[in-house]
Amino acid sequence: MTDCIRFILNGEDVALRDVDPTGTLLDFLRLDRSLTGTKEGCAEGDCGACTVLVGRLCDGALRYETVNACIRFLGSLHATHVVTVEHLAARDGTLHPVQQAMVDCHGSQCGFCTPGFVMSLYGLWLSNDDPSRAEIEKALQGNLCRCTGYEPIVKAAELVSGTRPSALFDPLERDRTAITARLWELKTGETIATGKDGRRLIVPGTVAALAAVLAAEPSATVVAGATDVGLWVTKQMRDLDPVVFINHLDELQAIETGADGITLGAGVTYEQASATLRAEIPALGRLIDRIGGQQVRNVGTIGGNIANGSPIGDMPPALIALGATVTLRSADGRRVLPLEEFFIAYGKQDRRPGEFVESLFVPRPRAGQHFAVYKVSKRRDEDISALCGAFLLTRGDGNTVADVRIAFGGMAATPKRASAVEATLLGRPWTEATIASARPAFDDDYKPLTDWRASAEYRQLAAKNLLTRFFLEASGTPQELKRFAEEEA
Amino acid sequence: MHKPTYETYKYINGPMHQALRHDSAHKHVAGSAEYIDDIPEPAGLLHGALGLSDRAHAEILSIDLSAVKACPGVVSVLTGADVPGVNDISSGGHHDEPLLATEEVQFHGQPVFAVIATTRDAARRAARLARVEYRDLPYWTDIDGAIDNGAPLVTAGMTLERGTPKAELDNAENRLIGEMHIGGQEHFYLEGHVALAIPGEDDEVQVWSSTQHPSEIQHVVGHVLAIPSNAVTVHVRRMGGGFGGKETQGALFAALAALAAKKLGRAVKFRPDRDEDMTMTGKRHDFRMDFDVAFNGDGRIHALVANFAARCGYSADLSGPVTDRALFHADSSYFYPHVRLTSQPLKTHSVSNTAFRGFGGPQGMLGGERIIEEIAYALGKDPLEVRKANFYGAPGSGRDVTPYHQKVEDNIIARIVDELERSCDYQARRKAIIDFNAGSPVIRKGIALTPVKFGISFTLTAFNQAGALVHVYQDGSIHLNHGGTEMGQGLYTKVAQVLADAFQVDIDRIKITATTTGKVPNTSATAASSGSDLNGMAAYDAARQIMERLVAFAVEHYQVPANEVEFLPNRVRVGDQEIPFPDLVKKAYFARVQLSAAGFYKTPKIHWDRAAGRGTPFYYFAYGAACSEVSIDTLTGEYVMERTDILHDVGKSLNPAIDIGQIEGGFIQGMGWLTTEELWWDDKGRLRTHAPSTYKIPLASDRPKIFNTRLAEWSENAEPTIGRSKAVGEPPLMLAISVLEALSMAIASVADYKVCPRLDTPATPERVLMAVERLKAGG
Repeated sequence: MTDCIRFILNGEDVALRDVDPTGTLLDFLRLDRSLTGTKEGCAEGDCGACTVLVGRLCDGALRYETVNACIRFLGSLHATHVVTVEHLAARDGTLHPVQQAMVDCHGSQCGFCTPGFVMSLYGLWLSNDDPSRAEIEKALQGNLCRCTGYEPIVKAAELVSGTRPSALFDPLERDRTAITARLWELKTGETIATGKDGRRLIVPGTVAALAAVLAAEPSATVVAGATDVGLWVTKQMRDLDPVVFINHLDELQAIETGADGITLGAGVTYEQASATLRAEIPALGRLIDRIGGQQVRNVGTIGGNIANGSPIGDMPPALIALGATVTLRSADGRRVLPLEEFFIAYGKQDRRPGEFVESLFVPRPRAGQHFAVYKVSKRRDEDISALCGAFLLTRGDGNTVADVRIAFGGMAATPKRASAVEATLLGRPWTEATIASARPAFDDDYKPLTDWRASAEYRQLAAKNLLTRFFLEASGTPQELKRFAEEEA
Repeated sequence: MHKPTYETYKYINGPMHQALRHDSAHKHVAGSAEYIDDIPEPAGLLHGALGLSDRAHAEILSIDLSAVKACPGVVSVLTGADVPGVNDISSGGHHDEPLLATEEVQFHGQPVFAVIATTRDAARRAARLARVEYRDLPYWTDIDGAIDNGAPLVTAGMTLERGTPKAELDNAENRLIGEMHIGGQEHFYLEGHVALAIPGEDDEVQVWSSTQHPSEIQHVVGHVLAIPSNAVTVHVRRMGGGFGGKETQGALFAALAALAAKKLGRAVKFRPDRDEDMTMTGKRHDFRMDFDVAFNGDGRIHALVANFAARCGYSADLSGPVTDRALFHADSSYFYPHVRLTSQPLKTHSVSNTAFRGFGGPQGMLGGERIIEEIAYALGKDPLEVRKANFYGAPGSGRDVTPYHQKVEDNIIARIVDELERSCDYQARRKAIIDFNAGSPVIRKGIALTPVKFGISFTLTAFNQAGALVHVYQDGSIHLNHGGTEMGQGLYTKVAQVLADAFQVDIDRIKITATTTGKVPNTSATAASSGSDLNGMAAYDAARQIMERLVAFAVEHYQVPANEVEFLPNRVRVGDQEIPFPDLVKKAYFARVQLSAAGFYKTPKIHWDRAAGRGTPFYYFAYGAACSEVSIDTLTGEYVMERTDILHDVGKSLNPAIDIGQIEGGFIQGMGWLTTEELWWDDKGRLRTHAPSTYKIPLASDRPKIFNTRLAEWSENAEPTIGRSKAVGEPPLMLAISVLEALSMAIASVADYKVCPRLDTPATPERVLMAVERLKAGG
């Protein structure tokens, strides 16, 4: 047990005691360290002006990821390397190639979003030596620019992709070995307990320790990526106590591919899950590309997305349609339940005191099954669904519907099955006429609300139309808009 | 100090017309460009936060601030009663915008009190603890609600009339009546509002404000504190975006910071959270256009009567000039033989709407383009054909007079449109799209080519003036200051280029300094796209004065005629010798030549009689055209921008790189306005889209997949503007109208292009789908 959060900030060691459990990295950088290159644009993880890189040991290797500093809590930074825009240029002021490309392409106008863009471009450049336009746009989904129209920024990304990280001009390449060694030293597996002004912060060293902490503190707030909890603090100014961080627990980050499906630890981030899901269930992989921005996908976890019980829930409709199950763990043991049963009512999940989401099992669609998920939002990327519909069809002999599972988010107080629609389809021939006859059943399943994302009328109509789209697609005539041909995979 | 090769340079670095990078680009990417919140904080700095009303319209019965005052860290709580001067921050002297509401609140989110605390977090937390008792009053937040309730106007409307429109409406083959709802827009400058005030001795106060209008901040602070303008100094080095949102809206935060600073004798900063910023500050006006148009079988307009009603919010702010500019641009690029345009600036119980890039012009122009589109669908024609039939004609053609009786003398729209139509292969692509649509049941495409003609000058003639202050120091380095503000548009760079060009010195010899009311007084807002026109000329005027003195000195000192003194790159030729610029300057100093000058400029020719609706409000027009192609999904209304081609006129560009940036950025911002950016108020009158999580500006992945932007390189301003350039800030925003109309065409395909989809804006996927359904159901 220790009471100290230790990490590396650019080139120096940081050791913090008496840490505010909801103190943010952004405030620490700007107020405590006068590192004002990192900007606050929205304080909710949407604009990317506060983007920094956080390096962590992942499967034994040092991996740098872009992160929104505005909703990143200090307590989640133990044994990481935080890199801000001030760290990029050489000591003599020579700009890093990524920065120079932005200058050469006229990629900044007002300049306020620019450090965040530089960091996102840097994160992309470190990991991809020949990004496509689609990959560049994906890396920039979490960065808003209001001046340039993005064209010169995308060109900067293309321009710089020719140069590669070398110890000559890249600080992370130069120090990689030393930083890795230092992070290993810091990653002791010890539980950390600290706090400030009577509010406590706990970083359990193991999953067993986590279970014990939650048994003792059933009202604790469990924080993984903080992409939702962060806003409770920055926007609602809630006093959370105690806050228990789990983002560092390797045990919760396992991804296992079995004969029937994939098991994802609750701490697996969207980004970590992306490659496996894309390979195993391509439609799910494509959905992930439209959740949040890259900074959110780098820290947001699928387990957290389930545990927070959003009525829209980016992933749950798809996971419910696939028949996913969730494993809950407590000090007393584990229980497994179908994901759809986990969501009881708005804001209410079947999570008992002391329990936490440990893992998720996602069955892989079998040969002959057809699976699709469609997210509809006002803006294509980095937006919350107006509605999201997922469909899993099993056809029987004679082109009949042997089984069908349909689930929607954004249509009810929880992510919810369309059981009336399913019942109408079941056993019937998979034809346009059947689809037409099933459409009215949506009115039995859902009574959606009108809000700023969409009207009830639109949600209902679009939901029905997504069934039509699914029919067209499952019948071999894809009719969905794709931005790039490569997304058709 | 001076390299031997110095005197042989053929050109300077950074003259006018060079595609120079932004002067702060290096600092932007390094994170070292300083914004107001980045300035090292003074010792003992206090932070402010605001308490906001949670009613759209109500009488304040009582305010209980005891819980607020008891909060840890709270130093002071301010209400309207604490204002020593006038509790009013209205722009233009309307006296309708209290700094802090005292008796009545008029929108959900209106500031009622301010908390000053030792930390920003403490101030924000405390601000939520007030108990305010209200008595609710009737309210309406939108245009239809305002009309239904007989709402008053926040300021007088305007009428533009020429010919006998009402009588002529029946005298044409065809007549159409319709309406269009045009949505507003949040600026979403990436840097939110911020102000820092440091009290000085006597009545002095220094204010750092993220503002496009330092002089107005100075005036407002003076009024609020009851101190003269000479006691208030306002500074702004740069803003993280403005777009009009910082023309008047910074006054609230600056005045509060100054008020608290003077009251408490400590430095005070106000930086609202993004949600509060979006709730408390004004936006682009929504409009409803109602029109009645008569036209012939070719689509040529004969007579038009149109009314533009606007959601102004609870106070006047800039709504008068904004709605005026909507009328000034309702003609888009078209001649209306008989025309009557009226504006109706309606009071609503919502935040007071304000300037936003284009300043009402985009809404007026969009209305004009919608009328063209309606005519085209009514006649079964390509809208581009109808556009061409209605373009203003050559001077003297009898088709060259605007509804405000100004002659269009510099008309190049036909050439711009013809060039773009050919270069983007419009005709062939339109035909291919119609063929594609015929065979595609779900995905449909659309294409549209729309023109832009935008009038340049403030319509309030007095604002068309600018000052600059230029010092040349003994080492030949130059200090530049002017009244314009830098918000990313590259103004500082362009004006520095003007100065470099004038003196014929490399641009790195010129230090661009923060705008401050202490150096150049009585400045106009950096707005109306006028920044480089006005400040460039003012700086040039200052340079001219200093150069004339240097020439006079050289004539006397070297005994040569004036025409034997010539400014060459970084040197001056005097007779047959060439003297390095710094050497000449030093000699001039010792000869007691004044090496500092205040420059001044006022735009010639313009005048405007608002009551008569007659005059020459614009010095010249900027032109452009865009062609956009889109695909829509008729099952969900989702869309993808396939391609946009732009040809835009900036005259002889002062800086092509910066101008291209303005055009691309303006287009994308306009596209956001017309597509995904939706402001949504609930039935309590509360804005629910008040953060980027709910308000969706375009992302990199929303750009057209193919995006070609070109300058009309042959263009030169017909008027003698600085370097024959043209303004570029606002006009490109309206190029995005092509996107809306392309969406419209894709929708129209479901009814065989026989019905105008009458797509309101923003054209969210929802509006697109609902229009598709409406057309499928028979219009």
